[in-house]
Amino acid sequence: MMRKISAVLVVVFFGLVFSSLAINFTERQSLRPLAESYVKLVPQDLGAPNVITGILLTYRGFDTLGEVAALFMAAAAVGLLLGTSDKGRGGSPAELSERPKPSSEIVQSGAQILVPLISIFAAYIIMNGHRSAGGGFQGGAVIASSVLLLVLASPRYRVDLDFFSMTESAAGVIFVLVGIAGLIFAGGFLDSRVLPIGQFGAFISAGAIPILSVLLGVKVGCELSVIVDRFRA
Amino acid sequence: MTSGVVLVTGLALILIGMWGLLTHRNILRIVIAFSLMGTGTHIMIVATGYVTNGTAPIIDRALTLSEAPARAVDPIPSALVVTAIVIGLAVTAVMLAYAIRLYQSKKTLSIDSFTESKW
Repeated sequence: MMRKISAVLVVVFFGLVFSSLAINFTERQSLRPLAESYVKLVPQDLGAPNVITGILLTYRGFDTLGEVAALFMAAAAVGLLLGTSDKGRGGSPAELSERPKPSSEIVQSGAQILVPLISIFAAYIIMNGHRSAGGGFQGGAVIASSVLLLVLASPRYRVDLDFFSMTESAAGVIFVLVGIAGLIFAGGFLDSRVLPIGQFGAFISAGAIPILSVLLGVKVGCELSVIVDRFRA
Repeated sequence: MTSGVVLVTGLALILIGMWGLLTHRNILRIVIAFSLMGTGTHIMIVATGYVTNGTAPIIDRALTLSEAPARAVDPIPSALVVTAIVIGLAVTAVMLAYAIRLYQSKKTLSIDSFTESKW
Protein backbone atom coordinates (compact mmCIF):
# COMPACT_ATOMS: atom_id res chain seq x y z
CA MET A 1 0.00 0.00 0.00
CA MET A 2 2.76 2.36 1.07
CA ARG A 3 4.62 1.51 -2.11
CA LYS A 4 1.61 2.28 -4.27
CA ILE A 5 1.07 5.67 -2.62
CA SER A 6 4.69 6.67 -3.13
CA ALA A 7 4.48 5.53 -6.76
CA VAL A 8 1.38 7.69 -7.24
CA LEU A 9 3.20 10.62 -5.64
CA VAL A 10 6.24 10.24 -7.90
CA VAL A 11 4.12 9.95 -11.05
CA VAL A 12 1.95 12.93 -10.06
CA PHE A 13 5.06 14.99 -9.31
CA PHE A 14 6.60 14.18 -12.69
CA GLY A 15 3.21 14.81 -14.29
CA LEU A 16 3.20 18.32 -12.82
CA VAL A 17 6.71 18.97 -14.12
CA PHE A 18 5.78 17.63 -17.55
CA SER A 19 2.52 19.58 -17.69
CA SER A 20 4.35 22.86 -17.12
CA LEU A 21 6.69 21.74 -19.90
CA ALA A 22 3.76 21.02 -22.23
CA ILE A 23 1.88 24.23 -21.38
CA ASN A 24 4.89 26.44 -21.99
CA PHE A 25 5.76 24.66 -25.23
CA THR A 26 5.39 26.76 -28.33
CA GLU A 27 5.90 25.35 -31.77
CA ARG A 28 8.82 26.85 -33.58
CA GLN A 29 8.04 29.06 -36.56
CA SER A 30 11.56 28.98 -37.99
CA LEU A 31 14.71 26.95 -37.57
CA ARG A 32 17.28 27.58 -34.87
CA PRO A 33 20.48 29.16 -36.23
CA LEU A 34 22.46 25.92 -35.85
CA ALA A 35 19.79 23.87 -37.62
CA GLU A 36 19.53 26.46 -40.36
CA SER A 37 23.26 26.35 -41.01
CA TYR A 38 23.12 22.53 -41.11
CA VAL A 39 20.23 22.59 -43.61
CA LYS A 40 22.20 25.01 -45.80
CA LEU A 41 25.66 23.51 -45.36
CA VAL A 42 24.98 19.78 -45.82
CA PRO A 43 23.68 20.07 -49.41
CA GLN A 44 26.15 22.76 -50.42
CA ASP A 45 29.32 21.68 -48.67
CA LEU A 46 28.91 17.92 -48.52
CA GLY A 47 26.64 17.40 -51.52
CA ALA A 48 24.23 15.15 -49.61
CA PRO A 49 20.49 15.77 -50.16
CA ASN A 50 19.62 14.06 -46.87
CA VAL A 51 20.60 16.56 -44.20
CA ILE A 52 20.26 14.07 -41.34
CA THR A 53 22.74 11.62 -42.89
CA GLY A 54 25.16 14.48 -43.46
CA ILE A 55 24.94 15.47 -39.79
CA LEU A 56 25.23 11.88 -38.57
CA LEU A 57 28.19 10.88 -40.69
CA THR A 58 30.22 14.07 -41.03
CA TYR A 59 29.46 16.90 -38.62
CA ARG A 60 28.61 14.51 -35.79
CA GLY A 61 30.54 11.56 -37.15
CA PHE A 62 32.58 11.31 -33.98
CA ASP A 63 29.37 10.97 -31.96
CA THR A 64 28.22 8.24 -34.33
CA LEU A 65 31.49 6.41 -33.74
CA GLY A 66 30.78 6.64 -30.02
CA GLU A 67 27.25 5.33 -30.49
CA VAL A 68 28.57 2.36 -32.44
CA ALA A 69 31.07 1.73 -29.63
CA ALA A 70 28.17 1.74 -27.14
CA LEU A 71 26.34 -0.74 -29.36
CA PHE A 72 29.44 -2.93 -29.47
CA MET A 73 29.64 -2.77 -25.69
CA ALA A 74 25.99 -3.85 -25.43
CA ALA A 75 26.68 -6.79 -27.78
CA ALA A 76 29.71 -7.75 -25.67
CA ALA A 77 27.64 -7.50 -22.46
CA VAL A 78 24.91 -9.73 -23.89
CA GLY A 79 27.57 -12.19 -25.00
CA LEU A 80 29.12 -12.16 -21.53
CA LEU A 81 25.77 -12.72 -19.84
CA LEU A 82 24.36 -15.36 -22.15
CA GLY A 83 27.43 -16.80 -23.83
CA THR A 84 28.71 -19.00 -21.01
CA SER A 85 25.47 -20.96 -20.69
CA ASP A 86 25.93 -21.77 -24.37
CA LYS A 87 28.99 -23.92 -23.67
CA GLY A 88 28.54 -27.64 -23.44
CA ARG A 89 25.26 -27.43 -25.32
CA GLY A 90 24.54 -30.51 -27.38
CA GLY A 91 27.05 -32.40 -25.28
CA SER A 92 24.93 -34.31 -22.79
CA PRO A 93 22.29 -36.72 -24.11
CA ALA A 94 19.56 -35.05 -22.04
CA GLU A 95 20.13 -31.79 -23.83
CA LEU A 96 20.34 -33.45 -27.23
CA SER A 97 16.84 -34.85 -26.80
CA GLU A 98 15.36 -31.42 -26.20
CA ARG A 99 16.57 -29.94 -29.42
CA PRO A 100 14.40 -27.01 -30.52
CA LYS A 101 11.37 -28.09 -32.52
CA PRO A 102 11.51 -27.23 -36.21
CA SER A 103 9.28 -24.33 -37.16
CA SER A 104 6.15 -24.77 -39.24
CA GLU A 105 6.01 -25.07 -43.02
CA ILE A 106 4.53 -21.57 -43.37
CA VAL A 107 7.33 -19.89 -41.42
CA GLN A 108 10.02 -21.83 -43.31
CA SER A 109 8.62 -21.05 -46.77
CA GLY A 110 7.96 -17.47 -45.77
CA ALA A 111 11.53 -17.07 -44.59
CA GLN A 112 12.88 -18.54 -47.84
CA ILE A 113 10.98 -15.91 -49.81
CA LEU A 114 11.40 -12.99 -47.44
CA VAL A 115 15.03 -13.22 -46.29
CA PRO A 116 16.53 -12.34 -49.71
CA LEU A 117 13.97 -9.57 -50.19
CA ILE A 118 14.67 -8.12 -46.74
CA SER A 119 18.41 -8.25 -47.43
CA ILE A 120 17.99 -6.40 -50.73
CA PHE A 121 15.78 -3.85 -49.02
CA ALA A 122 18.44 -3.37 -46.33
CA ALA A 123 21.10 -2.81 -49.01
CA TYR A 124 18.79 -0.28 -50.69
CA ILE A 125 18.22 1.60 -47.44
CA ILE A 126 21.94 1.70 -46.64
CA MET A 127 23.03 2.75 -50.14
CA ASN A 128 20.42 5.51 -50.43
CA GLY A 129 21.16 7.05 -47.05
CA HIS A 130 22.72 10.15 -48.60
CA ARG A 131 19.96 10.79 -51.16
CA SER A 132 16.71 9.90 -49.45
CA ALA A 133 15.35 8.60 -46.16
CA GLY A 134 17.61 5.85 -44.89
CA GLY A 135 21.12 5.27 -43.68
CA GLY A 136 23.43 2.87 -41.93
CA PHE A 137 21.60 2.56 -38.61
CA GLN A 138 18.23 1.83 -40.19
CA GLY A 139 19.62 -0.58 -42.77
CA GLY A 140 21.64 -2.40 -40.13
CA ALA A 141 18.48 -2.92 -38.06
CA VAL A 142 16.75 -4.35 -41.17
CA ILE A 143 19.67 -6.78 -41.70
CA ALA A 144 19.29 -7.94 -38.10
CA SER A 145 15.56 -8.48 -38.66
CA SER A 146 16.33 -10.82 -41.58
CA VAL A 147 18.75 -12.76 -39.35
CA LEU A 148 16.03 -12.94 -36.70
CA LEU A 149 13.60 -14.38 -39.26
CA LEU A 150 16.24 -16.92 -40.31
CA VAL A 151 16.82 -17.98 -36.69
CA LEU A 152 13.06 -18.30 -36.11
CA ALA A 153 12.51 -20.31 -39.29
CA SER A 154 15.34 -22.78 -38.82
CA PRO A 155 16.33 -23.11 -35.14
CA ARG A 156 19.27 -25.33 -36.12
CA TYR A 157 20.81 -22.57 -38.21
CA ARG A 158 23.94 -21.37 -36.44
CA VAL A 159 25.01 -17.81 -36.99
CA ASP A 160 28.71 -17.85 -37.78
CA LEU A 161 29.85 -15.70 -34.86
CA ASP A 162 33.49 -15.62 -35.96
CA PHE A 163 32.53 -14.34 -39.40
CA PHE A 164 30.24 -11.70 -37.90
CA SER A 165 32.81 -10.44 -35.42
CA MET A 166 35.54 -10.37 -38.08
CA THR A 167 33.32 -8.40 -40.48
CA GLU A 168 32.24 -6.07 -37.72
CA SER A 169 35.80 -5.36 -36.59
CA ALA A 170 36.95 -4.82 -40.18
CA ALA A 171 34.10 -2.37 -40.78
CA GLY A 172 34.99 -0.52 -37.58
CA VAL A 173 38.68 -0.32 -38.50
CA ILE A 174 37.92 0.97 -42.02
CA PHE A 175 35.46 3.50 -40.54
CA VAL A 176 38.22 4.91 -38.34
CA LEU A 177 40.71 4.81 -41.26
CA VAL A 178 38.32 6.87 -43.42
CA GLY A 179 38.03 9.25 -40.49
CA ILE A 180 41.81 9.58 -40.26
CA ALA A 181 41.98 10.12 -44.04
CA GLY A 182 39.62 13.06 -43.45
CA LEU A 183 42.06 14.34 -40.85
CA ILE A 184 44.93 14.24 -43.37
CA PHE A 185 43.32 15.15 -46.70
CA ALA A 186 40.34 17.30 -45.67
CA GLY A 187 39.06 19.49 -42.84
CA GLY A 188 39.11 17.09 -39.90
CA PHE A 189 38.29 13.70 -38.45
CA LEU A 190 35.54 11.94 -40.46
CA ASP A 191 35.33 14.80 -42.97
CA SER A 192 33.57 13.19 -45.94
CA ARG A 193 35.17 15.49 -48.49
CA VAL A 194 38.20 13.24 -48.95
CA LEU A 195 36.47 11.97 -52.10
CA PRO A 196 35.02 14.18 -54.86
CA ILE A 197 31.52 15.39 -54.09
CA GLY A 198 30.21 14.59 -57.57
CA GLN A 199 26.82 15.44 -59.01
CA PHE A 200 24.22 16.48 -56.45
CA GLY A 201 21.71 13.68 -55.85
CA ALA A 202 23.54 11.06 -57.92
CA PHE A 203 23.98 7.51 -56.62
CA ILE A 204 27.74 7.92 -56.26
CA SER A 205 28.13 11.37 -54.79
CA ALA A 206 28.57 13.22 -51.50
CA GLY A 207 32.20 12.19 -51.02
CA ALA A 208 32.82 9.47 -48.44
CA ILE A 209 29.28 9.50 -47.01
CA PRO A 210 28.06 6.41 -48.96
CA ILE A 211 31.18 4.48 -47.87
CA LEU A 212 30.73 5.49 -44.24
CA SER A 213 27.04 4.60 -44.53
CA VAL A 214 27.85 1.10 -45.81
CA LEU A 215 30.44 0.54 -43.08
CA LEU A 216 28.01 1.74 -40.43
CA GLY A 217 25.27 -0.49 -41.83
CA VAL A 218 27.54 -3.56 -41.85
CA LYS A 219 28.73 -2.82 -38.32
CA VAL A 220 25.27 -2.23 -36.86
CA GLY A 221 23.84 -5.21 -38.75
CA CYS A 222 26.56 -7.56 -37.45
CA GLU A 223 26.26 -6.32 -33.87
CA LEU A 224 22.47 -6.62 -33.77
CA SER A 225 22.61 -10.03 -35.48
CA VAL A 226 25.01 -11.30 -32.84
CA ILE A 227 22.69 -9.94 -30.12
CA VAL A 228 19.71 -11.67 -31.76
CA ASP A 229 21.64 -14.94 -31.98
CA ARG A 230 22.60 -14.81 -28.30
CA PHE A 231 18.92 -14.96 -27.32
CA ARG A 232 18.42 -18.34 -28.96
CA ALA A 233 16.81 -20.69 -26.48
CA MET B 1 -0.34 22.61 -32.63
CA THR B 2 0.57 19.32 -34.28
CA SER B 3 3.82 19.05 -32.41
CA GLY B 4 2.02 19.93 -29.15
CA VAL B 5 -0.16 16.83 -29.51
CA VAL B 6 2.91 14.70 -30.24
CA LEU B 7 4.76 16.23 -27.29
CA VAL B 8 1.89 15.47 -24.89
CA THR B 9 1.73 11.90 -26.24
CA GLY B 10 5.43 11.44 -25.60
CA LEU B 11 5.17 12.86 -22.08
CA ALA B 12 2.16 10.64 -21.35
CA LEU B 13 4.14 7.59 -22.52
CA ILE B 14 6.98 8.55 -20.18
CA LEU B 15 4.52 8.80 -17.27
CA ILE B 16 2.92 5.44 -18.14
CA GLY B 17 6.37 3.87 -18.29
CA MET B 18 7.30 5.42 -14.96
CA TRP B 19 4.10 4.10 -13.38
CA GLY B 20 4.80 0.62 -14.74
CA LEU B 21 8.39 0.78 -13.52
CA LEU B 22 7.31 1.62 -9.97
CA THR B 23 4.29 -0.66 -9.55
CA HIS B 24 5.07 -3.90 -11.39
CA ARG B 25 7.12 -6.60 -9.71
CA ASN B 26 7.78 -8.79 -12.75
CA ILE B 27 11.16 -8.06 -14.34
CA LEU B 28 9.84 -8.48 -17.89
CA ARG B 29 7.12 -5.91 -17.22
CA ILE B 30 9.75 -3.54 -15.82
CA VAL B 31 11.78 -3.96 -19.01
CA ILE B 32 8.66 -3.16 -21.07
CA ALA B 33 8.00 -0.08 -18.93
CA PHE B 34 11.59 1.01 -19.47
CA SER B 35 11.24 0.70 -23.25
CA LEU B 36 7.98 2.65 -23.06
CA MET B 37 9.76 5.46 -21.24
CA GLY B 38 12.49 5.44 -23.87
CA THR B 39 9.97 5.58 -26.70
CA GLY B 40 8.17 8.48 -25.02
CA THR B 41 11.46 10.36 -24.76
CA HIS B 42 12.17 9.78 -28.46
CA ILE B 43 8.72 11.05 -29.45
CA MET B 44 9.17 14.09 -27.25
CA ILE B 45 12.59 14.97 -28.69
CA VAL B 46 11.31 14.65 -32.26
CA ALA B 47 8.30 16.84 -31.40
CA THR B 48 10.55 19.66 -30.19
CA GLY B 49 12.24 19.72 -33.59
CA TYR B 50 9.07 20.36 -35.54
CA VAL B 51 8.70 23.68 -37.35
CA THR B 52 5.23 24.86 -38.40
CA ASN B 53 4.38 23.52 -41.86
CA GLY B 54 7.81 21.91 -42.04
CA THR B 55 8.76 18.82 -43.99
CA ALA B 56 11.56 16.24 -43.84
CA PRO B 57 14.97 17.87 -44.41
CA ILE B 58 15.73 15.98 -47.62
CA ILE B 59 16.49 18.09 -50.66
CA ASP B 60 14.65 16.80 -53.74
CA ARG B 61 11.94 17.86 -56.17
CA ALA B 62 9.50 18.57 -53.35
CA LEU B 63 11.94 20.71 -51.38
CA THR B 64 14.38 22.80 -53.35
CA LEU B 65 17.66 24.01 -51.97
CA SER B 66 16.60 27.65 -51.78
CA GLU B 67 13.38 27.08 -49.83
CA ALA B 68 14.86 24.41 -47.53
CA PRO B 69 15.80 26.74 -44.61
CA ALA B 70 12.21 28.04 -44.53
CA ARG B 71 10.33 24.75 -44.88
CA ALA B 72 12.50 21.99 -43.38
CA VAL B 73 12.10 20.73 -39.82
CA ASP B 74 15.03 20.80 -37.41
CA PRO B 75 17.31 17.89 -38.45
CA ILE B 76 19.27 17.70 -35.18
CA PRO B 77 16.60 16.01 -32.98
CA SER B 78 15.92 13.50 -35.76
CA ALA B 79 19.62 12.69 -36.06
CA LEU B 80 19.88 12.22 -32.30
CA VAL B 81 16.80 10.00 -32.12
CA VAL B 82 17.93 7.75 -34.99
CA THR B 83 20.95 6.72 -32.95
CA ALA B 84 18.99 6.66 -29.69
CA ILE B 85 16.51 4.12 -31.10
CA VAL B 86 19.27 1.68 -32.03
CA ILE B 87 21.04 2.19 -28.70
CA GLY B 88 17.68 1.69 -26.96
CA LEU B 89 17.34 -1.67 -28.69
CA ALA B 90 20.79 -2.68 -27.49
CA VAL B 91 20.04 -1.56 -23.92
CA THR B 92 16.78 -3.55 -23.98
CA ALA B 93 18.75 -6.56 -25.15
CA VAL B 94 21.15 -6.20 -22.21
CA MET B 95 18.22 -5.87 -19.78
CA LEU B 96 16.60 -9.01 -21.20
CA ALA B 97 19.91 -10.87 -20.96
CA TYR B 98 20.07 -9.91 -17.27
CA ALA B 99 16.47 -11.09 -16.87
CA ILE B 100 17.42 -14.47 -18.33
CA ARG B 101 20.38 -14.79 -15.96
CA LEU B 102 18.28 -13.78 -12.96
CA TYR B 103 15.65 -16.34 -13.93
CA GLN B 104 18.32 -19.02 -14.21
CA SER B 105 19.59 -18.24 -10.71
CA LYS B 106 16.23 -18.13 -8.84
CA LYS B 107 13.73 -19.70 -11.29
CA THR B 108 11.47 -16.71 -10.85
CA LEU B 109 11.10 -13.31 -12.49
CA SER B 110 9.60 -11.53 -9.49
CA ILE B 111 11.88 -8.76 -8.34
CA ASP B 112 10.81 -9.36 -4.73
CA SER B 113 12.86 -12.56 -4.55
CA PHE B 114 16.11 -10.77 -5.37
CA THR B 115 16.91 -9.34 -1.96
CA GLU B 116 20.72 -9.65 -1.85
CA SER B 117 21.40 -6.05 -2.81
CA LYS B 118 18.40 -4.61 -0.99
CA TRP B 119 19.06 -2.18 1.82
